[in-house]
Amino acid sequence: MTKSELIEALARQQPHLAQKDVELAVKCIIEKMNQALSSGERIEIRGFGSFSLHERPPRMGRNPKTGDSVALAKKYVPHFKPGKELRDRVDESRGKCKIID
Amino acid sequence: MALTKADFAERLFDELGLNKREAKEMVELFFEEIKGSLENGEQVKISGFGKFELRDKNSRPGRNPKTGEEIPITARRVVTFRSGQKLKARVEAYAGAE
Repeated sequence: MTKSELIEALARQQPHLAQKDVELAVKCIIEKMNQALSSGERIEIRGFGSFSLHERPPRMGRNPKTGDSVALAKKYVPHFKPGKELRDRVDESRGKCKIID
Repeated sequence: MALTKADFAERLFDELGLNKREAKEMVELFFEEIKGSLENGEQVKISGFGKFELRDKNSRPGRNPKTGEEIPITARRVVTFRSGQKLKARVEAYAGAE
């Protein structure tokens, strides 16, 4: 499923809204999630999961071309922990359907 | 304070003028639709955010970390999230507040 398929599915379920408004709403939710994470704020959606940042400590890296050492600063990466309901529903579907892209 | 569904609904109310009931429903349906897709074995790719992927894991030996007792971890299907380039770059730029 892609973002545009998600928008279509949500528009079908809310026929009282214009497709354009559904599209704006989806973009608004995604932008809010991006903003929250890039300012270090956690997101907690009951039954779905939580998004947070994990710290990666500073390390010495290498330029793969020249072999020179470079100091890499500490950084943060986004992390998602699925909630119990999502975990259970996905696991229960294991025997029923194959994974498709 | 973590962001919750209520915060997203408020944003839709403030920015798009959906009424409170519509905004709340939109947020519910948004996350429910992603769950439903994953439950049908379909991975979800949201450009500008990231991809929710599915993985089938074989069973493997495990241990109760408290007692040291060996217990097998059963085969299961799990969800993983890979953030997209844009989100990665924005988060990397975060200097850390604490």
